[in-house]
Amino acid sequence: MTGEGIRQAILEIINEIVPDEDLANVDPKVPFRDQIDLDSMDFLDIVMELRKRYSVEVPEQDYPQLLTLSSTVDYLLPKMESL
Amino acid sequence: MRYDTVIIGAGLSGLAAGARLAHYGKKILILERHYRIGGLSSFYRAGGIELDVGLHAVTNYNPTGPNSAPMARLLRRLRIKLEDLRLFPQFESRIVFPGATLRFSNDQELLESQIEAVFPGQGDNFRKLARLVDDLYSRDFESGPASARQIVSSIITEPLLVEMLFCPLMFYGCPQEDDMDFRQFALIFLSVYNEGMARPRLGIRPLLELLQSRFQAAGGELRTRCGVSHVEVVGAKAQAVVTDQGERIECDSVLSSAGLAETAAICPQIAAGPAPEPGRMSFTETIHALDAPARDFGHDFSLTFYSDEEKFFYRRPNEPVYTKSGVICLTGNFAYDQPVEKELLRHTQMADPFFWESLEKEEYKEAKREWQKQSDKALFSKVPGLEAHSRFVDMFTPSTIKKFTGHINGAVYGAPVKIKDGVTPVENLFICGTDQGYLGIVGSMVSGVGIANWHLLK
Repeated sequence: MTGEGIRQAILEIINEIVPDEDLANVDPKVPFRDQIDLDSMDFLDIVMELRKRYSVEVPEQDYPQLLTLSSTVDYLLPKMESL
Repeated sequence: MRYDTVIIGAGLSGLAAGARLAHYGKKILILERHYRIGGLSSFYRAGGIELDVGLHAVTNYNPTGPNSAPMARLLRRLRIKLEDLRLFPQFESRIVFPGATLRFSNDQELLESQIEAVFPGQGDNFRKLARLVDDLYSRDFESGPASARQIVSSIITEPLLVEMLFCPLMFYGCPQEDDMDFRQFALIFLSVYNEGMARPRLGIRPLLELLQSRFQAAGGELRTRCGVSHVEVVGAKAQAVVTDQGERIECDSVLSSAGLAETAAICPQIAAGPAPEPGRMSFTETIHALDAPARDFGHDFSLTFYSDEEKFFYRRPNEPVYTKSGVICLTGNFAYDQPVEKELLRHTQMADPFFWESLEKEEYKEAKREWQKQSDKALFSKVPGLEAHSRFVDMFTPSTIKKFTGHINGAVYGAPVKIKDGVTPVENLFICGTDQGYLGIVGSMVSGVGIANWHLLK
């Protein structure tokens, strides 16, 4: 998967969890929490969806890496580029 | 076949937990003793119509609320959209006591202005109470049990208003007699007075079918007519469940929505000390099918909560049915997009489960006839014109509830003491549903999802 593919995959997951949020204008450099109304369970769901769909494990100590869209893509790229 | 989790009971909590766990790839089997799913929120057919048993209205209705509101949070966990529930808001409801009536709706301001009009000087006290409730909820701190009656009476200084505010909240979710825990009070206060009530036009069935189809589409297995006779425990761990038919099913964990005392009956190891006490608050309900919309003969309320006594009596009565108070739900009086096919009036009153459970078959039938008459007498005086417009009537009792849900004493709100974290002395057996602590349509699903998240989705 490319960085762009991963970006799409993440937005797809978020869209499934909060379908009413407008994701078209998400700024990749700004924390998700400041632009989308997500709580801690929503974040856990994102992590679990990554495991379910792409068999990617995100250990708890790495959760801070998922702060923004671009940090998430950077973090997942080595784990997902071979998919 | 070995399962990650066997769930006992296909009510709203078990189905919601199952749907969530199966969605994340867990191998789940739900076992339900009844032939129909739904548990305490199910439905049946009589007189050619489908009748709900638990649902009057769905509370926590807050369609424009924040993502953090209870229903919104729950629906995200289940990937269900609010539109999928097809809920339609109430018109207005009423609390009717001797000499005073308060109207309320999904707009809390109506209740505030009613209080100001009927109980001059109490408006500020009510707002103070509402703030306290809101604080407790938004900070979500773990407080010890506290008497709601004491706290509310220290803020609201008009005793009749205290009774009136308690009436709907106790009827809609109090497992305890006479008083309730303030935290429980706060939860129901928010879900009824602040957020509000709505109804699915077609009753509970579409929601049950939605959860079942989500569960099964994600690979979950559901067996009805298949109760659990006991849970096999070795050391402090459940190894397997054994069905009523004698089949042994191995699993890594068990999630029971049967109730705490009811689960202890099939797994004595979960009771570290003496056997847990079941609840004893139960109800009868008479259901009238109407031949005309209730509005046509002068009744436009969605729900009426009434007491003929100034002091609201809430405990197991010493008579078969306590006819001096009740809840009346007019299922047609919600703001639907199209009219309901058959309008129903549902009338719920407190009942003595010990009386109903003690009767032999013929005595039971006779008592049901007699007490339906008594119950209707109270009802007809509250809803003039009903007698002429009632085309069919059916009644269920605490024994009916016990028979179809397995809940001892037909205690629809479970035991007074709740297991908030769902944990039992059997380390891989967890409790969800009525005895975990959240009640109502939304609450029961919150319970199933919460316990699944905390203990079973690691």
